[in-house]
Amino acid sequence: MIQSLRQDRTEEGANMNFEISREPLDTQSIIDKVVQREAGAITTFIGTVRELTAGKKTLYLIYEAYESMAVKKLEQIGREIEERWPGAKVAISHRVGKLEITDIAVVIAVSTPHRADAYEANRYAIERIKEIVPIWKKEHWEDGEEWIGNQLETVAYPKGKPEESDLDE
Amino acid sequence: MNKVMFFAHLRDTVGEESVSLDLTGKTVAEAKAILSEQYGVNLDTVMAAVNEEFAGDEDVLSDGDVVAFIPPVSGG
Repeated sequence: MIQSLRQDRTEEGANMNFEISREPLDTQSIIDKVVQREAGAITTFIGTVRELTAGKKTLYLIYEAYESMAVKKLEQIGREIEERWPGAKVAISHRVGKLEITDIAVVIAVSTPHRADAYEANRYAIERIKEIVPIWKKEHWEDGEEWIGNQLETVAYPKGKPEESDLDE
Repeated sequence: MNKVMFFAHLRDTVGEESVSLDLTGKTVAEAKAILSEQYGVNLDTVMAAVNEEFAGDEDVLSDGDVVAFIPPVSGG
């Protein structure tokens, strides 16, 4: 499935720097995508599956994505970064499916001419993912399971979509 | 006709990844009301996407539009 998706995007000439993957993420290959002669820094964020959340033990997670839209939104984040931090190059891969504790869920690599921008832009990318990219995780515990980001309704969008203030953190 | 997609807890509640129904001419808000009634899901805090872009409650649906209901996301 993911193979055919990848092939389609290559045929369309789409940007392969942004992807949803069913396979374990290879951090180095994602870093390699942002290597550029103009860069003085590459920052890499690796998001991993944590065992304890608020004292509760997670057994494993299931990540699910609205894949076609998720890729578009990752590409949008890439464009936003390139506008805010000129010269930046971005690659983001997010995994879906069943992930065990310590598995890598997301890798973000950003290269920029100077290091401060690489840190800032990378932080921006992960915060934006948590706001606008249609990916959900279901936590599985010893005594149950729950889709995160819904029933508690800690995040709600009364106007039906994120507003500027939501997006700026 | 329109394809309507559900994700995460919404899909679990509805029991389908997607359904097909005619929402042509309806606003997103009207579509939410129809689906809430029909499938017993609460869409009050759920975002809608039309053709893979976030849409507002007042946006009007056209024939063939793909509507997706996006619960608050939890990626990363």
